[in-house]
Amino acid sequence: MSYEVVIGLEVHVELLTKSKIFCSCPTSFGDEPNTNVCPVCLGLPGVLPVINKRAVEFAILSGLALNCKVNPRSKFDRKNYFYPDLPKAYQISQYDMPVAEDGYLNIKVNGETKCIGITRVHLEEDAGKLIHAENGDYSLIDYNRTGVPLVEIVSEPDLRSHEEARVFLENLKRILQYTQVSDCKMEEGSLRCDANISVRLKGKKELGTKTELKNMNSFKAVQKGLEYEIKRQIDSLEKGERISQETLRWDEGRGLTVSMRSKEQAHDYRYFPDPDLMPLEVQQEWVEKLKGLLPEMPLQKKERYITQYGLPEYDAEVLTFSMDMADFFEDCVKEYPEPKVVSNWVMGELMGFLNAERIDITETKVTPLNLAKLLHLIDKGTISGKIGKTVFEEMFKSGEDPEAIVEEKGLLQISDTKELEKIVDEVIKINPGPVEDLKSGKKKAMGFLVGQVMKQTKGKANPQIVNKILRNRLK
Amino acid sequence: MEITKGNVEHVAELARLEITEHEKDIFTEQLSNILDYVEMLNELDTKEVSPTSHVVPLVNVFREDEIKEVLKKDEALKNAPEKEDGYFKVPRVIE
Ligand SMILES: [Zn+2]
Repeated sequence: MSYEVVIGLEVHVELLTKSKIFCSCPTSFGDEPNTNVCPVCLGLPGVLPVINKRAVEFAILSGLALNCKVNPRSKFDRKNYFYPDLPKAYQISQYDMPVAEDGYLNIKVNGETKCIGITRVHLEEDAGKLIHAENGDYSLIDYNRTGVPLVEIVSEPDLRSHEEARVFLENLKRILQYTQVSDCKMEEGSLRCDANISVRLKGKKELGTKTELKNMNSFKAVQKGLEYEIKRQIDSLEKGERISQETLRWDEGRGLTVSMRSKEQAHDYRYFPDPDLMPLEVQQEWVEKLKGLLPEMPLQKKERYITQYGLPEYDAEVLTFSMDMADFFEDCVKEYPEPKVVSNWVMGELMGFLNAERIDITETKVTPLNLAKLLHLIDKGTISGKIGKTVFEEMFKSGEDPEAIVEEKGLLQISDTKELEKIVDEVIKINPGPVEDLKSGKKKAMGFLVGQVMKQTKGKANPQIVNKILRNRLK
Repeated sequence: MEITKGNVEHVAELARLEITEHEKDIFTEQLSNILDYVEMLNELDTKEVSPTSHVVPLVNVFREDEIKEVLKKDEALKNAPEKEDGYFKVPRVIE
């Protein structure tokens, strides 16, 4: 029988504010436990939370970037539950009046564009981190993360495969990074993803029973977790079993999903309006002002790179993967207006070294201006293309100006015919075999002889001139 | 409004309260009485009244995104019944 998969995602994203959502503690990651806390985020009695304006702006921006309608009025609610990751025994969240709702995000899977609905974008506070003792009967808590602002983004159940879910998540991450509301680092937990998954017979209208899958901590985990859960549900249905509605945890180590909560602990959060926090009123004027701050979105940028610069789709995709990479490319093209050449160097040399060193484009010492200078040096014949790569490596290491490197290391291309003639004659003298081969029509020998000249000059000989001299000598 | 003993048990469980059988009976009756009393509000016509989430007529009470002083580590942990290596220590909880 043929099944249809139905997936909706709930994505939590930490916002890049300096301070927490309801207090003035720093949001920095990786500090010593319980050193970024105050009476407000520790939930001590008698304190009053006050909303961070920047967090509200970031939530509105997230909503706008996802084509949502920004609600003119929204409010905060308490979500009550007992779990020590929140010291107050409730989380401040938004229940029935989120900051933004009713948007969409376009994804492209197998060449087809699909519109995925965004149900809502709401603000809430993050919880603390629990460490469970390996062989003990206790847990340790670090409340540094408690109160870091989050937006929760909920998609409609419009995704039909784990592949679509992965692409959706990648696009979402890119859009939020472009908007600069979050760094979206899954490995640091600043982007976290839960999924609602169900399957139904193809053609059926009503949805199957869904399970909620949590704890997928990387893009690979999302893909593998969904794949596993989809297969598990289909196998159960095939065996005539029923799917029970439950929350599951992806166990990365064992590669399977495990049940987290039993039925009697079903969600009963008893939301009610938080009396400590006043409602938000967002005037159209404010929305328009924030709209003006939105950058060109990744998909539009990609299309523009194809039309404006004539780049292949693949190049446009890779270059627009992050806004910093795209900016580097465009800054370089401004100085050296050959987009495809720049693209080749950025995607080949630059990304090669970045990946090898495991660093980000923002950390490289190579500037777009220096790369453009290097390309001009190659064009002018000052250095050969091959030497260009050597110079680039040095630029990557030291961040020095390419002209200075060429001078310092004596890498200038040898274009002096007299000097080259001497070297060519020498090569002809010590390679009688290949010379005979060439004379008898074996064209391959030409490459060998040019190579020998290059070797003698440590790659600095101008290959065109060497070719010309060789051809003249061996006529 | 009718409150059952089951409702009382559920609410007690959610609030992590342990109550005796005798208390369950008392609370069932008391909670029913309270809700009956509040029920009177339903006699009012509230068609033209928007739902109240706050009684204070204030909106957009913001603070700027600024970092201010935090608690010293030993101060933060001062009220913890148990601590270890700078962490709050609690009975093992796994969801
Ligand atoms: Zn705080």
